[in-house]
Amino acid sequence: MTTPSLTTTRLLRAPRLFCADDSAPTTHVEHLRRHGPLPAVVGEHGRAAMLTTIEHSGLVGRGGAGFPLARKMRAVAAGASTGSPVVVANGCEGEPASRKDVWLLTRTPHLVLDGVELAARVVGAREAHLCVHRGSAGAGTVRRALVERGKTEGFSITVHELPPRYVASEETALVHWLNGAEAKPTFTPPRPFERGVGRRATLVNNVETLAQLALVARRGAEWFRSVGDPTEPGTLLLSVSGPPQVSQVVEVPTGTTVGAALAQVGVDLEASTGVLVGGYFGTWLRPDVAASAPLTHRGMHAAGAALGAGVVAALPATVCGVVETARVATYLAAQSAGQCGPCVNGLPAIADALRLLARGPWDESLAPALDRWLSIVPGRGACRLPDGAARFVVSGLTTFAADVADHRADRPCASSRAGAWLPLPPVQSRSAGWR
Amino acid sequence: MATTASRPVPLGRLAVSIMRLQVNPIACAAHGLCAELLPEWIELDEWGYPLVDSQPMPQQLISHARRAAAACPVRAIVIERSGQ
Ligand code: SF4
Ligand code: SF4
Repeated sequence: MTTPSLTTTRLLRAPRLFCADDSAPTTHVEHLRRHGPLPAVVGEHGRAAMLTTIEHSGLVGRGGAGFPLARKMRAVAAGASTGSPVVVANGCEGEPASRKDVWLLTRTPHLVLDGVELAARVVGAREAHLCVHRGSAGAGTVRRALVERGKTEGFSITVHELPPRYVASEETALVHWLNGAEAKPTFTPPRPFERGVGRRATLVNNVETLAQLALVARRGAEWFRSVGDPTEPGTLLLSVSGPPQVSQVVEVPTGTTVGAALAQVGVDLEASTGVLVGGYFGTWLRPDVAASAPLTHRGMHAAGAALGAGVVAALPATVCGVVETARVATYLAAQSAGQCGPCVNGLPAIADALRLLARGPWDESLAPALDRWLSIVPGRGACRLPDGAARFVVSGLTTFAADVADHRADRPCASSRAGAWLPLPPVQSRSAGWR
Repeated sequence: MATTASRPVPLGRLAVSIMRLQVNPIACAAHGLCAELLPEWIELDEWGYPLVDSQPMPQQLISHARRAAAACPVRAIVIERSGQ
């Protein structure tokens, strides 16, 4: 057995995605020594058997939606009448607070590529695309890994670097871009699994899902289900940060509570005023609520949040939650693809109001307007940016309610003068860089 | 499939197919004509974009809705039929 990395010893006896040396990419030789060869999927029978294994494993997508992988694959395979299907691996990591996809691609690229290859064999694809954000460290490691692996007869994987925008990592935006258009979401239907790249049925999956798939294929459904929550089994990568000064990627069994995951990496929840779960598309939770909430889609839903792409950020008490919520709202407003009126107008209106709340001068007449905008914006865009942004802001106003009251009364606390905490990429102009 | 073909569909069922209104938010350019033609079901927000009721539409409004959809210069109003 490999030596478990320090970060995964306590909750997981043996890490699955983590590798012994987690600083350099695993070479193909090391990868094969650790995991063994990728099993062959031969003929109709082999494909059906592999689909059954995937179904029994209970693997659900790790990109945010949590959709059962086997169901998605069946839908794509059924759409093969429109020409041979296409596989797209999504490593774009639109969430600024998420680092797990880059982490995977730069440590264990072969596991991801195995997953791509296997998914392609199961749905009958001969062409696959791996998408990362432009400038991502993952692009280089994956290209080198592809060279190491050499050519596979009748199958190709192409690496693409997309404009680093929030909504560009949305499924329909990826497909749009691969079809030669701008990386902007489209007003669905058809969904990519019906008609996607080159108008063919397209399987879009997050890179972590594909890495997990590569393990399921080798070790089977029972092995996969042997850790984690019985209804959403396996392990999960989290991008964790919090006080005192923690910031790292960690692999935990699904169903681990937020409290346990944070404690494992040394985050002090007592020194936090709110925990952001799921990223900027996510939800602020009160620390006491977060502590006991299990990290599954169901568990997060019950706590009023969503697991999203696995971001767990505990805000230090020295930082102002109102200011942080305003900063992210401003960032999200700038991410609008500029296509839908309610998003283009509503998100900046919300962000402006929050900036006044955070930094003053606040005007009480803004309160009902802000409430109204937060209620009319969701559900009125082609993608879910408006919904996510509104949910994020509402959760911040609720979680930091005491601070909000102080800001409204024009006596913000000392922490609102503290420096920025949540990582935000520089804001780009709306018109530039969608190709 | 064969069984459904052999069983006659009660005519009453056909008449009550549920219609809902949707706006294609990418196409919509805030012309506002729709709200003028169908004020019972569409109002405009502060930026001039339609806020539509997502409930099933009452039967008597459907012909008005069709007219509003046809009047939209960018054909952004979608009338969706969702079975039964
Ligand atoms: S909702 Fe906003 S981000 Fe999404 S497609 Fe429309 S304008 Fe773009
Ligand atoms: S008429 Fe068409 S473009 Fe004008 S507001 Fe209505 S839906 Fe939008």
